[in-house]
Amino acid sequence: MADLSCTIAGIPSPNPFWVASAPPSDKYYNVDRAFRAGWGGVVWKTLGIDPPIVNVTSRYGSVNLNGQKMMGLNNNELITDRPLEVNLAEIKQIKEEWPDRAVVVSLMVPCNQNDWEYILRKVEDTGADGVELNFGCPHGMSERGMGAAVGQVPDYVEMVTRWVKENSDLPCIVKLTPNITDIRYPARAAKAGGADGVSLINTISSIVSVDLDSMSPEPSIEGKGTHGGYCGPAVKPIALNMTSEIARDPETLGLPISAIGGISNWKDAAEFMSMGAEGVQVCTAIMHYGFRIVEDMIEGLNHWMDEKGYEKIEDFRGMAAKNVVDWQYLRRLASGDQNE
Amino acid sequence: MSQTPDIQSGRLSRQQLEQNFEDIHPPLDSGNAMLEAQRCYYCFDAPCVNACPTAIDIPSFIRKISTGNIRGSAKDILSQNIMGGMCARVCPTEVLCEGVCVRNTQEGQPVRIGELQRYSTDWLMEKGDTLFQRAPASGKKVAVVGGGPAGLSCAHRLAMLGHDVVVFEAREKLSGLNEYGIAAYKTVDGFAQREVDFILSIGGIETRCGVRLGKELKLSELKEEFDAVFLGIGLGDVNQLDIGETPGEGVHSAVDYIEDLRQAQNLENLPVGRRVVVIGGGSTAIDIAVQSKKLGAEDVTMVYRRGPEQMSATDVEQEFAQVNDVRIRTWLQPDSWMMENGRLSGIRFEYTEPDSSGKLTGKSEYLEIDADCVFLALGQKMMSDIFDLEMEMNSGKLAVDEQGATSQSGIWAGGDCIRSGEDLTVHAVEQGKQAAIAMDQWLRN
Repeated sequence: MADLSCTIAGIPSPNPFWVASAPPSDKYYNVDRAFRAGWGGVVWKTLGIDPPIVNVTSRYGSVNLNGQKMMGLNNNELITDRPLEVNLAEIKQIKEEWPDRAVVVSLMVPCNQNDWEYILRKVEDTGADGVELNFGCPHGMSERGMGAAVGQVPDYVEMVTRWVKENSDLPCIVKLTPNITDIRYPARAAKAGGADGVSLINTISSIVSVDLDSMSPEPSIEGKGTHGGYCGPAVKPIALNMTSEIARDPETLGLPISAIGGISNWKDAAEFMSMGAEGVQVCTAIMHYGFRIVEDMIEGLNHWMDEKGYEKIEDFRGMAAKNVVDWQYLRRLASGDQNE
Repeated sequence: MSQTPDIQSGRLSRQQLEQNFEDIHPPLDSGNAMLEAQRCYYCFDAPCVNACPTAIDIPSFIRKISTGNIRGSAKDILSQNIMGGMCARVCPTEVLCEGVCVRNTQEGQPVRIGELQRYSTDWLMEKGDTLFQRAPASGKKVAVVGGGPAGLSCAHRLAMLGHDVVVFEAREKLSGLNEYGIAAYKTVDGFAQREVDFILSIGGIETRCGVRLGKELKLSELKEEFDAVFLGIGLGDVNQLDIGETPGEGVHSAVDYIEDLRQAQNLENLPVGRRVVVIGGGSTAIDIAVQSKKLGAEDVTMVYRRGPEQMSATDVEQEFAQVNDVRIRTWLQPDSWMMENGRLSGIRFEYTEPDSSGKLTGKSEYLEIDADCVFLALGQKMMSDIFDLEMEMNSGKLAVDEQGATSQSGIWAGGDCIRSGEDLTVHAVEQGKQAAIAMDQWLRN
């Protein structure tokens, strides 16, 4: 049996499979179920400064391949809608009950140093293993100057990351938004700010469909709609590309990556790790199929590694990233071969 | 005017016979397995798992096919049912897992669970992977009497739990009805013996064939010599028809004939009647009727005393027989043999109907069906005088508790020889497994 234990951005984890910051990691009850199923870690659903936000409903839209199978999911849910102290108490309890699992807390607070200091002290008191800075959320919070509004400006990314690193010894993962032109710039900014790693991708700005009777974008809230974050199997190619961009950028070389984006099974995870990721995070597949998919992820990765003779994840991590090259380095057909 | 009795071999060419006895469900290739696996919803509270007598985690094994984790898929199956390969071939899935698949509601077509199960287990057996390791040796020794599905399942689980096992089998080959009783086209290419090899590959199981309980073996001696005993002896005898003296020629037990067929080196040498009548309404009746047809019988009629709904053969089995040109007649009970020149020429049936209480009654109206050959498939019963210890019985079979313990301390039983109301391979495998788990606890106390 291969050894799946690993360290992601300096945080030890029994396996590379984490639950992403999202509905399945929003409370004790769900995280406890995740750990029972075998997940190596969770990134707790994003905390903010009280009072808690209020969501709209419905807030999910789905893209179904040929009307049959969900391939992409879109949501405009915001950060946690529970009081800060309730979340903190549950995080503390979970970490005490599951000391071997990675418990990382996602954070999103306004861009001022006092708020960040305030919430970091609170998180440190829970015994959590690290923080993830949510610079990625494309809806609702970005209009208030948080989430993607920060993530889209490399200078802000660097500034806030630096505040966090100066105010806390907790490992700090910066979650990147894909709603930018070149993912390498915010990644470099995170590194410059002292981040211990980056996680990507957050969701992609999207509108899934239009109801042609009511002329409302979907999901429809009393006839109106808004862009939401797109995720699920459909976004995997985008995430895989962005992961490779950071993995092979000389300026961010070696920067730990926790990959996110449409990962549904052990093969997807192995692909991201071969592209350089130290671990992966999953949400949509859990919402679609349930926490128990991790059993196949662990077993399938194990069998594949045994078959290939890899004893630990480091044995194959990054192997495919070396084969990602700029287009001009690909061998081109001789002119006479065009019809082949 | 009736025809001359006509029973002969070689009605069809070897080539035709080979074609007729090919696998009825050719295995799925990887592309089709993937397509089929993706039809599974991976239900959280999956009805198929509850419908499987061995409680295989079906959604999990199917998802693992779709992710390419076939070894994990096979492990999900075989850890619950060590004969998952055979059950994939012979289970009447239409009344088990596939019968309750939620896809039936949506599109009237369940996920082909049986064929997917075969895909994973075939993959594993081709790899030659033992899959399971034995627990540290317990120092205990268990006798398993009967090397059929119940006995082998019990032996494998006992070996896995660290006990040493000796399997005693009356016939030359292990595997019981898998080897001797199931229709040939359900288990081609010597699969039953390959499965036996796989089961024995775990180690710790000694086998002794050609020894029979009540003859070479005495239960009292086994009880003395071993720490525990499991009886998976099946039913060695068949029910007879009570309508007067049976003609010497032309009347066969379906079970015996299928055994000859399964062991035949060359099907061309197997005699079969031109006009065949099968009496019975279960799987064995279907199997003998269809196989007679495939051997070249011209006219095969299966006759059952009640209606199609009361047959233990499922709708799918009945349809399979009909598609294979077997005629099914119902509400007819055997009345008397028809003889001509001292030989069987047919059988006379009386029409039946249920009376107001549901009891079957004859209508005193009759139908004669010409036949060169009649197969009796009226169910099996236990041989008498095989135990030299007092064993409590229940309706002619061994009485056992929920875990399969018999009335004799240290002796368990499972499979067809116990009274359970169920007689499928998959039930025998489950009973063997459950008995092994109970025996393990008892042996360690």
